[in-house]
Amino acid sequence: MSATIDAQQVRRLARELLAAHPPATTGRTAFLEARFDAGLAWVHYPVGLGGLDAPRSLQPVVDAELAAAGAPDNDPRRIGIGLGMAAPTILGFGTDEQKKRFLRPLWVGEEVWCQLFSEPGAGSDLAALATRAVRDEDGSGDWVVDGQKVWTSSAHVARWAILIARTDPDVPKHRGISYFICDMTDPGVEVRPLRQITGEAEFNEVFLTGVRIPDSRRLGPVGDGWKVAQTTLMNERVSIGGARIPREGGMIGTVAKTWREQPALRTHDLHRRLLTLWVEAEVARLTGERLRQQLVAGQPGPEGSGMKLAFARLNQEISGLEVELLGDEGLLYSDWTLRRPELVDFTGRDAGYRYLRSKGNSIEGGTSEVLLNIVAERVLGLPVEPRNDKDAAWKDLAR
Amino acid sequence: MTAQTEAHAPDLLYSEAEEDLRSAVRSLLADRADAPKVLASIESDTPYDQRLWDSLASGIGAAGLLVPEKLGGQGASHREAAVVIEELGRSVAPAPYLTSSVVATEVLLALVTDDGPAGELLAGLAAGRKVAVLALPFATAPADSARALTGTLDRTVTGVADAVAADVLLVPTGEGLYAVETGGDGVGVQPLVALDLTRPLAAVTLSGATGTRLAEAGPAAAAVTRGLLAGAGLLASEQLGVAEWCLTETVRYTRERHQFNRPVGSFQSLKHRMAQLWLEVVSARAAARNAADALAAGSPDAPLAVAVAQAYCSTVAVHAAEECVQLHGGIGMTWEHPAHLYLKRAKADSIAYGSAGRHRDAVAELVELEAP
Ligand SMILES: Cc1cc2nc3c(=O)[nH]c(=O)nc-3n(C[C@H](O)[C@H](O)[C@H](O)COP(=O)(O)OP(=O)(O)OC[C@H]3O[C@@H](n4cnc5c(N)ncnc54)[C@H](O)[C@@H]3O)c2cc1C
Repeated sequence: MSATIDAQQVRRLARELLAAHPPATTGRTAFLEARFDAGLAWVHYPVGLGGLDAPRSLQPVVDAELAAAGAPDNDPRRIGIGLGMAAPTILGFGTDEQKKRFLRPLWVGEEVWCQLFSEPGAGSDLAALATRAVRDEDGSGDWVVDGQKVWTSSAHVARWAILIARTDPDVPKHRGISYFICDMTDPGVEVRPLRQITGEAEFNEVFLTGVRIPDSRRLGPVGDGWKVAQTTLMNERVSIGGARIPREGGMIGTVAKTWREQPALRTHDLHRRLLTLWVEAEVARLTGERLRQQLVAGQPGPEGSGMKLAFARLNQEISGLEVELLGDEGLLYSDWTLRRPELVDFTGRDAGYRYLRSKGNSIEGGTSEVLLNIVAERVLGLPVEPRNDKDAAWKDLAR
Repeated sequence: MTAQTEAHAPDLLYSEAEEDLRSAVRSLLADRADAPKVLASIESDTPYDQRLWDSLASGIGAAGLLVPEKLGGQGASHREAAVVIEELGRSVAPAPYLTSSVVATEVLLALVTDDGPAGELLAGLAAGRKVAVLALPFATAPADSARALTGTLDRTVTGVADAVAADVLLVPTGEGLYAVETGGDGVGVQPLVALDLTRPLAAVTLSGATGTRLAEAGPAAAAVTRGLLAGAGLLASEQLGVAEWCLTETVRYTRERHQFNRPVGSFQSLKHRMAQLWLEVVSARAAARNAADALAAGSPDAPLAVAVAQAYCSTVAVHAAEECVQLHGGIGMTWEHPAHLYLKRAKADSIAYGSAGRHRDAVAELVELEAP
């Protein structure tokens, strides 16, 4: 039970794992599987599902112990959607069978996940989605899905998807949605690269044509998918790591390094702006640290919704400054060829890429405008927007 | 020090004891220093409420928080003092807390010896029996303190905060630091008309005044730096308190005020501005707590933590107060509404103990981001 597990015990378990599966002689996948089975994947998950029912705050203890021993990690950046969104949703709403089937390969990184939420006609107003799921009349209970999703990150490398679709057009939009797990290798799933502002295709269009999904891959009750999706979206926005970020840990570190190493680039105007951003980045780091301390102390605050806003703006301003600071070099761009990357790698690319890619930070996972609405209404208690879409049947709404 | 090292792992939350202290201070201030009372006392030319000060300083024991018990204080730290200051910011009550219980107290703490005169004065401040202020312009940044140690006791210093309430002036000169009684011969304290109505300023004139020498120039400079650093660091908590009041009141008002058959707080352009302000206030809290914690721990990181907090929180308080006035519409421009008291405090605070720009310069030096 959670009350009896402490830092010393998880450290001991980590050492036992390392002794039984020495990282030097154990393959990556084998080590990660053993780690999952030892309950050291995400310690706050239930026993048998990669966890120990332990407090979340013990995870950094495990991570530090394993990292110090040179153990392989599961590349959280590559499987971010699975770890950050699919897993907590499956844990919260999945059947025992679903949890057993999906969580282990998800965590080990053998199976990559993507999120089939947004549609050409439904982004911020996600509940307006039009992709249909209809039960087949053949008695199998299977669902047949038709529609188009868009801006789907990692769809080209994903094995599975979390999917929301409309199962009842005759009720108001929030009530007629159901939540599914979609097999990306099934017939009728077509992924087309969608080239973006950076030149590469990190996201995709996904066409769903007569895709059959067995009812056993539904998450939560029929018609209750909006509630399930809320869990996914909340986890998306608050997916904040347990690890402490060091000072200059984010993008500001790259710019500060350039500033220190290349005095010839310095101007007074850039200095003034750099210092303002340095201070803001440091304060954002402290704000994140304070949020982490609140979570560990068991007093989750609303600060989480604000962090995404802050980081989006900072990333954009800092990367904009970086291009200017580089001058001649800022005029160049590494490569415009259409690539299909497996992950978003800010720091490994050049300043122009960072500038362009950071523009997505205030759009992906909810735009800054929508997040400001959420803070205003749910944190400050300001009146909600007057709405005319709440009670009308979805099929009667303007599109 | 390099930018990457962080000497001390900060505790950015409030402890239970700190929350208890906050409740005590808040209820005292709600009782004795609500906005109409503050406004009335300012207009009556008697800004300081002696009874309020007695209750705060000795009743609650707030004046001695930074002073060890064996020197007559409470033996607490900057973390607790910061909480008191947050509440004082939230109420904009005139009280010489930051100037006497923090800055002057820190200067004396740096100088106290077993038999020296600093100890006795310190005990008086800690008990709330005496008020002392550092006779430097309120705008002096910690980085400028060494330069302040020049000249003789015969001098005029303008813009000294809370000098009107002081029993003792701590006067830096070329020969060291002196304690000068304000009631003594050759000491003039001339009230000035200040932008911030709730923190009176004065011109101090000394001619032929005598004082007790507390320290020679070397140790005096270090002591003054320490005092100003603590002042700047905890001023961030005052700015946090000011900003919080402004945001809370603006949210409350815009939910109630109707125009166009809707609460004005339902207009998205206003909602987004208040949400943005909320994010700034949340961030200011992290920065201010970090400064208070670093000062409390005597961390080598304290100068940077203070400079970051000042560079950030000054701007937030001014922004919050300006938004408060604007989003209150016409009422926000009236003398009767307290918004102006907060705007004046916030703007004056943005100059006190060094402007945001001055603190950014300090950051540049500390993390080695040199100017061109
Ligand atoms: C890099 C990237 C990766 C993405 N990956 C995925 C993914 O993997 N899976 C997935 O499902 N989706 C993904 N998305 C889609 C993303 O979630 C949507 O783009 C986002 O929710 C916004 O929707 P929209 O693009 O339709 O914009 P719209 O909703 O059309 O918004 C247009 C503008 O109107 C504003 N606006 C809209 N509603 C309001 C309102 N109520 N108040 C004020 N302003 C408003 C918006 O802020 C925006 O500025 C990704 C997007 C990007 C950029």
